[in-house]
Amino acid sequence: MSSENDKDGQPSETTAESSENAKSLSKEDAKKFYEEKGIDLSPDAPVKPRPIPPFEKSISDKVASKFGSKVTVDYVRESRIRISTKKEDILDVAHFIRDELGYDHAESVSGVDYPDSKEIEVVYHLGSYTDEKLASQVLTLATRVPREEIPNPGKDSSRMTSLREVFYSVEFHERECFEMFGVYFEGHPDNRRLLLPEDWADIPPFRKDFKIKGR
Amino acid sequence: MTTQLPPGIQLEKIDDRIMTLNVGPQHPGSGHMRLIIKVDGDYIVSCDPDPGYVHRGEEKMAEYRNYIQNVPHLERPVIHDSSNILYPYCLAVEELLGIEVPERAKYVRVIAAELNRCIYTLYWLAIYGIFLGHSTMFMWPAGDRELFIDLLEAMSGARVTHAYLVPGGVRNDLPANFEERCLRQVDYFEKRLKEYQAVFYKNPILISRTEGTGILSRTDAIRLGTTGSVLRASGVNFDIRKKEPYDVYENLDFETVVMKEGDSYARSYVPYLEMFESCRIIRDAIRKMPKSGSVRTKLKPNPKGGNEEVYKRVESGRGALGYYVVSNNRPEPYRVKISVGSFRNLICMPYLLKGELLGNMPAVYWSLNYWPVEADR
Repeated sequence: MSSENDKDGQPSETTAESSENAKSLSKEDAKKFYEEKGIDLSPDAPVKPRPIPPFEKSISDKVASKFGSKVTVDYVRESRIRISTKKEDILDVAHFIRDELGYDHAESVSGVDYPDSKEIEVVYHLGSYTDEKLASQVLTLATRVPREEIPNPGKDSSRMTSLREVFYSVEFHERECFEMFGVYFEGHPDNRRLLLPEDWADIPPFRKDFKIKGR
Repeated sequence: MTTQLPPGIQLEKIDDRIMTLNVGPQHPGSGHMRLIIKVDGDYIVSCDPDPGYVHRGEEKMAEYRNYIQNVPHLERPVIHDSSNILYPYCLAVEELLGIEVPERAKYVRVIAAELNRCIYTLYWLAIYGIFLGHSTMFMWPAGDRELFIDLLEAMSGARVTHAYLVPGGVRNDLPANFEERCLRQVDYFEKRLKEYQAVFYKNPILISRTEGTGILSRTDAIRLGTTGSVLRASGVNFDIRKKEPYDVYENLDFETVVMKEGDSYARSYVPYLEMFESCRIIRDAIRKMPKSGSVRTKLKPNPKGGNEEVYKRVESGRGALGYYVVSNNRPEPYRVKISVGSFRNLICMPYLLKGELLGNMPAVYWSLNYWPVEADR
């Protein structure tokens, strides 16, 4: 089936023959065009084999050997480690990361909404100012909380333990995550809205089911 | 003991002494944000920052546009530091798509980023000057900023919103004779910067208003997770350009500026000293830059990222700036989170303003190198 349009802008569904008034190239023409220009059209981003750096591996091994099956090391790359855990264990893991490994502050707390698996991921990016060796490292600590179809922020099951007593700097980041995704942080002293207006009456706006008008 | 008061006269209650002030969002001393300040006489008892008046939902918008369409709107939070806010985005997308950047483009990016850092710092310095009642310090940086704006206009074609850095390199090559022109203006600017010292940083009025006010200790700076000049003014030697060098920063010759005082004066002095380092970087980058070659790697049309995530950070004018980009085999990113220095430094505002004179509020507030629009995103 051709995607080209005729003069009136009506899609021509019956024939695939090209007319002089065609406004867009057919798929074959486009492919030929890109081949002539030497533009690569292979679909996927090239996956490069990433070497596992030894220093980063030693850090992730410490966490893995301490917590065993409670944590999953998702990846170990140059200067980046990602560890995910259940939300019940995150406080213990965070205490270990601060006290034993030397990470001392959080750079950001992000929510990622996964409506298909009915979960919201909360991702902490942790860094260190005090340990010179860890200065280039960012440790990503992730956990998943349940996602309600109809959110009721603060009252539904989308909640987890706040890490504010471990990393003081998450205070405003967690407030932002609460208003934008509806994840309630238990133990956070100040679970108010930060950026959204006080009279915001819609669902948390960074969830995937909140659509921007006109899009 | 109860005293019989004359009729019509009441004793003051403690609650009546505390007055709540809404500084902003229309107040010129607050920028586009509100500070809910409680004062006892002239002293601030508590401060509750209320940002969000310029929230644009950049992160949400990024989920609807492909990797290239995202470039112009992502620089909007800080248009006067547009190269630095696009820098980590470009680094992140390049890693996601597996793009190699040409060597010359890396140097051109560094030059653009450092020029933009100076533009931002001069803008901030102008505002800092005028809020301390120093109109000369408004006029001078605002005038000198034009030199760098002209340079970036020659590079990118736009005065403020450059959108010059793109995934894969930079949008276009440098114009002819750019190097000579840039070096000439950098030389002039360094001479000019030394004059700022006499007129502003040694001015007794500035010193009396900033020295010893809003002290942030080293421990608190680390605990609160501050970044950028706020962190370095409290004695922590941390600069992403040194600690996790991106592009060609590891080849370039510069120092990290650190001060130990932690007061408003140090926080206003660190960005000033960093402008000298920016000049050094620009000079060194022009010297080491390959004289010819490509500046942009051609991308596939509508490129798709793999099923992975990237966190990249750079040092912007206001501190570390990180992009967390999650991709799911689509031309659009699944989620973009921008971790900005302004938002991270916001947390220390209540700590610094507590117990401070209300009159010193602008001196402390603007020393945080805070840009409300960037904090809201």
